[in-house]
Amino acid sequence: MTDPEVVLSLQGITKCFGALTANDNISLNLHRGELLALLGENGAGKTTLMNILFGHYTTDAGRILAFGVTLPPGRPRAAIEAGIGMVHQHFALAGNLSVIENIIAGTEKLARPRSDRARARTKLAALAARFDLAIDPDARVGDLSVGERQRVEILKALYRDCRVLILDEPTAVLTHQEAEKLYATLRAMAEQGLSLIFISHKLREVLAAADRVVVLRRGRVVAERRANAVTRDELAELMIGSRVARPVRKPQAPGEVVMRAQRVNAGGRLSDLDFELRAGETLGIIGVAGNGQSSLGELVGGLLPPSSGLFELFGTAAAAISPRDFAARGVGRIPEDRQLNGAVGDMTIWENAVLERIRSPRFSTAGLVRRAAGRAFAQTIIGRFDIRGGGPDTPVRLLSGGNLQKLILARNLQDAPPILIAAQPTRGLDEGAVASIHGEILRARRAGAAVLLISEDLDEIIALADRVQAIVKGRLSPSVDAADIDPRRLGLMMAGLWNEAA
Amino acid sequence: MRLERRAETPLGLAIAAPFAAVILSMALAGGLIALSGAPVLEAYRRLLVSAFGSPLAITETPTRTTPLLLTGLSAAVAFRARLWNIGAEGQFYLGALAAAALGSNYGLHWPTAALIPALLIGGAIAGAVLLLAPLALRLRFGVDEVVTTLLLNFIAVLFVSMMIEGPLRDPLAYGWPQSVPIVSDAVLTKLVPRSRLHVGVLIAIGAALLLWLLQVRTVFGLENRAAGLNPSAARFAGVSLSGVLVAVACLSGGLAGLGGAIEVLGVKGYVTKDLSPGFGYTGIVVAMLAGLHPLGVVAAALFVAAIFVGADGMSRALGVPSFIADVIVSMSLLTMLVALLFTQYRVRR
Repeated sequence: MTDPEVVLSLQGITKCFGALTANDNISLNLHRGELLALLGENGAGKTTLMNILFGHYTTDAGRILAFGVTLPPGRPRAAIEAGIGMVHQHFALAGNLSVIENIIAGTEKLARPRSDRARARTKLAALAARFDLAIDPDARVGDLSVGERQRVEILKALYRDCRVLILDEPTAVLTHQEAEKLYATLRAMAEQGLSLIFISHKLREVLAAADRVVVLRRGRVVAERRANAVTRDELAELMIGSRVARPVRKPQAPGEVVMRAQRVNAGGRLSDLDFELRAGETLGIIGVAGNGQSSLGELVGGLLPPSSGLFELFGTAAAAISPRDFAARGVGRIPEDRQLNGAVGDMTIWENAVLERIRSPRFSTAGLVRRAAGRAFAQTIIGRFDIRGGGPDTPVRLLSGGNLQKLILARNLQDAPPILIAAQPTRGLDEGAVASIHGEILRARRAGAAVLLISEDLDEIIALADRVQAIVKGRLSPSVDAADIDPRRLGLMMAGLWNEAA
Repeated sequence: MRLERRAETPLGLAIAAPFAAVILSMALAGGLIALSGAPVLEAYRRLLVSAFGSPLAITETPTRTTPLLLTGLSAAVAFRARLWNIGAEGQFYLGALAAAALGSNYGLHWPTAALIPALLIGGAIAGAVLLLAPLALRLRFGVDEVVTTLLLNFIAVLFVSMMIEGPLRDPLAYGWPQSVPIVSDAVLTKLVPRSRLHVGVLIAIGAALLLWLLQVRTVFGLENRAAGLNPSAARFAGVSLSGVLVAVACLSGGLAGLGGAIEVLGVKGYVTKDLSPGFGYTGIVVAMLAGLHPLGVVAAALFVAAIFVGADGMSRALGVPSFIADVIVSMSLLTMLVALLFTQYRVRR
């Protein structure tokens, strides 16, 4: 088989940040009409590579050729003019403008007396028809669903006549069904001669969508495979370096109810919540990002008091709602955004380990911090939970995401709390860290803790949860037993089609 | 050329930054000295001698350090908690007025041992109250405290004017607008006889030490630091952000008010409209130069005071305008901000 024309060529790209080599002599070619997946764990160097391609970083060595011409380093505009488009994970759209306004923004000269909407409309309609990306050009972007906004982003790139399109973790915010639709669109685009790179750490979607897979590990290209000639296990091994077995959940009989919500409304974002959390059982809350998970996490973490309804903790109505009170009563809490809420980056490991319970006599006396006790506690959990990257006095910001998450989990689990709230516990973590976090959550459940797992990751919910409820626009679906769930059914539940899913 | 964020600030760089900033600002101000026709190195030598080189200087510089140290601590403690208190000037004046009023013949007639602490505390309370009002507006209505504290300075100074030209006016001051003097029991002891240096400087250094211990050893300090560095993580961990801010406002306003009280009890004996040549605003520079560290504030306040005291001597000897001192101090704030940038970012080409 002869390869078609090479449209984009990265040659020997190397980039160091201090002692860390984020990209180590990376070379890869993208051909015309090809759908290439860039697979790697978080921290493998995918994002750095794309930032170099787009001129946000300059390389220490190596060069980039687009359509045979060297791209000048450090100039984002040059990449766009060379016909390279990018769809970021976090969309760059103005919510208060219409679709068409978002798409033409930045493409016209400022000096024009008025924008030529008619021409833009015709071009947009042609693109939408050609790639089957139907969208109402006059809809306000703020009113669109996440999947539709992603479509607008893709159209925006196409409108700028891109011939190479790069998508960064495009399915992170989509339901199963929406993702399937996206793959179809991407394949159609490739068939029509566009070249695409999509960045992912999910094996499932890489295999489902790509022609060719390039695997990055620790900043190097470790393998290149045709997608139809590789297995999921092989890819996983290439990506991680060695096989990591995720721990397996074993059925066990649940105990008494420790947290109960009946028709709870809260914060204007949650309505009519009903759920029961039982000892020794994991309740999984699945949902597409932005459907009220954050508010739910705040409610069960003691940060958001319910405005109406019955909310019970250990059988009595939770009257005083405060994070400190919840922590003191044995509600272990893992926040969904570990960097923002889970830790103070510029404070040390031991300070972060004890901050939640600093007022307990164990860690302070008469307003004075018992530093020795705090350091000893940190030393204990560092050993027991295998937290790597520093000692009690290391600033937390120097820890990797996985080790930070272990620290947050550890400070909660060390004293065996009866309830564990885990919001997006493995988001953005690499396989090794995921396996160890899952292991700890399962161990807590086996020891009798009631676990509330809020996650957007289907595999995680399937692996850990005994029962599942979907969260859609601030409401919870009825609960479904783990034995009865599969990805398709979860997808329907996440889309709000509870009757069809039942 | 571009800036890239450093993963970690080397300790040496963090310590070197303020020194580099000071040297750079003096080098830049050197240009102005040269412009006014004086030899630059000789001018700086005079400045140094006038700040430290005589018995008078060696007492005068610490005397000037005292109010700057307290307003510097006031800014440092507030900024660390992200409470942008620009109102130390007003708090300083209100503290001074409270101490003068309570310490005068119209006020408390207590023995010295009880009177002086009462006056210092009274000054601190007055300063704290003036900061609690804008904080309440921020917590209740989200009003930006930069604006309110800044504007309150003018209100406070006008209020002081009104009082010293009205109810608290000294009838024996030949028509000068100044407050009634404090009673002799209220005067702070001199450290060196026949100088202006008084025990207030020790109180100020003690305050810096206490503040430092408070920040590193206590639950309040830990929570305060967490709330300043990452408010949302602090809230998640159960720290009451508004509680921390109220406590910080009491400290910050209290320190500025204490500064005013000490200036009245130690140096002046009464309040005038020119009691503070901008101690409150200069305190912000002091705090920034110190990297908001309480012990650093001691050094930074000493530096700024030395420049001001020394510049007077330099000006007398060489005919250089004494405003050079203001230029050096203001410029050191700018160079410090640049230096801070380089401690956090590195330049790449």
